[in-house]
Amino acid sequence: MNSEQVIEVRGLTKKFGNLTAVNNLDLNVYRGDVFGFLGPNGAGKSTTIRMLLSLIKPTSGEMKIFGKSISKDRKEIFSKIGAIVEKPDFYLYLSAYKNLEILGKLSGTDVSKKKLMSMLELVGLDKRYKSKVKTFSHGMKQRLGIAQALLHDPELIILDEPTTGLDPQGMKEIRDLIIYLSREKGKTIFLSSHILHEVELISTRMIIINKGTTQVEGTVDELLKTDKIKVTFEVDKIEDALRLVNESSWQDSFKSTSKNEINFELTKNEIAELNKYLIEKGFSVSAIIPVRSLEDFFLKITEGGGK
Amino acid sequence: MMTLVFIELQKMFKKWRTYIGIIAVGFLTIIVQLVLYFTGKNFVDSQMRGIEQSFVIVGNLLNGYFIARMILTLLIIHIPFLIVLVGGDLLAGEATAGTYRMILTRPVSRFQVITSKFIAGMLYVIILLVWLAFLSLGVSLIVFGSGPLLSMGSGIVIFAENDILWRFLGAYAFAALSMTTVIFISIIFSSLVQNAIGPIVSTMAIIIIFLIISAIPVDFLQSIKPYLFTTHMTQWNNFFNDEVNYTEIFNSTWILLAHIVGLYAVTTYIFMKKDILS
Repeated sequence: MNSEQVIEVRGLTKKFGNLTAVNNLDLNVYRGDVFGFLGPNGAGKSTTIRMLLSLIKPTSGEMKIFGKSISKDRKEIFSKIGAIVEKPDFYLYLSAYKNLEILGKLSGTDVSKKKLMSMLELVGLDKRYKSKVKTFSHGMKQRLGIAQALLHDPELIILDEPTTGLDPQGMKEIRDLIIYLSREKGKTIFLSSHILHEVELISTRMIIINKGTTQVEGTVDELLKTDKIKVTFEVDKIEDALRLVNESSWQDSFKSTSKNEINFELTKNEIAELNKYLIEKGFSVSAIIPVRSLEDFFLKITEGGGK
Repeated sequence: MMTLVFIELQKMFKKWRTYIGIIAVGFLTIIVQLVLYFTGKNFVDSQMRGIEQSFVIVGNLLNGYFIARMILTLLIIHIPFLIVLVGGDLLAGEATAGTYRMILTRPVSRFQVITSKFIAGMLYVIILLVWLAFLSLGVSLIVFGSGPLLSMGSGIVIFAENDILWRFLGAYAFAALSMTTVIFISIIFSSLVQNAIGPIVSTMAIIIIFLIISAIPVDFLQSIKPYLFTTHMTQWNNFFNDEVNYTEIFNSTWILLAHIVGLYAVTTYIFMKKDILS
């Protein structure tokens, strides 16, 4: 992990009248992170993102991006940020091309036809560049949102639910694009998503917030490693395997069985150990199916309201 | 800033509502021109009936200047209602579309964004008045020809041909100031809401209410009349008096300028502090 902090938030609070949307939030995003920003509806994710992008003013707290204060160095910071905030909205009466041209000019970047068409091609909208955005589906607007966020080659990309409205193929493409931008281009990605599996697949670090406060923050591996996962092992000679499990130290992790499956509750490290143990004892493990992952962890954290 | 203003104008002129004012001014001007082309002579004769025995009028009174003066008198009351269609949408339109999020997360300041909106609004006013001047004065001079200007206000005044053009220029310039005040009022309302209908209706309501207050012959209402911007909006008429009262014109100019600066300052403050929740 690179230790250079790209986003540093300390004690961030936002109150709307009596409602505290974000309460004393801390978060740290480092260069090269794909940072998953998770929380249930109303947790304060969008409010936090809007504060990071200076769309709304915090009641209190400090935010630094690239080590600089947003209020003092706004222009410099924003020239290095690309963002989608909630659903991407555009000038519906203008074409996709014209929208990008306008946003590119506002970013002070190259708005040559070649550049704009290459961005539209990247998100698969090059053939519709003349079409007015009002004729676009939600998924197409989402793709155009990605294009505008990448238009000025930003160092930090803030994506709020970037795959909402996309079909499975589109979701995979965006996921692959995020991985490409992170690994190949060295971009830092701040990703807010409701699709926990998506965050689990592509994030390196994450934070879960609830009711405006931090619940957990850390690397995805660390956070999930410490938590037990429901895992189904498919093995041959099921009765022998069950007998072996019941006579071994794995007995405590055993939960249930059905047909040729044995269900355990294990940490990620234990899954590998149990697999090795069964194979060494002469069993054939045909599948290991985790039925518990970030989703359960997320629910446990947000419903439990604590770490 | 130039880029931002250019972008604002591009967005403005890609919207149909922007052309409503331009089409309406064009349509109404042509209607007045057609009516006066066919019946204007009778109208001028009726106006001159009382004085034709005492004076010898040389030249064509039903000329381009006369038509332009008529059109200005008829339309200047209605142009504010056309202008607010654009002004009311300048900020509320961004809120409705959700595009604030796109433009305000770019490396431009809110001050630049709001200022570009005001400049674009002002330019729209100027474009509309230039269009009005072109149609009502330019086209009328071509169609009806030139001549002395018969001006009917508190009395009948006839201006010599070489004493007219500057009066029109002064009147159009003052009208631009008045209309800028109107569009700035609509922009301040536009900064407060997320739908363009509210600012349009509110601005129209203010103009109508102020005009009604000005027209009611009650001492108290007449005493507040000098403080209403609508009172000063009609000062362009002064340019068509035999002796132009520059004191009144400058007084009204300062009052309207104070409105413009005040409206701009308050709107900018609101916009800078505003939480973008749309």
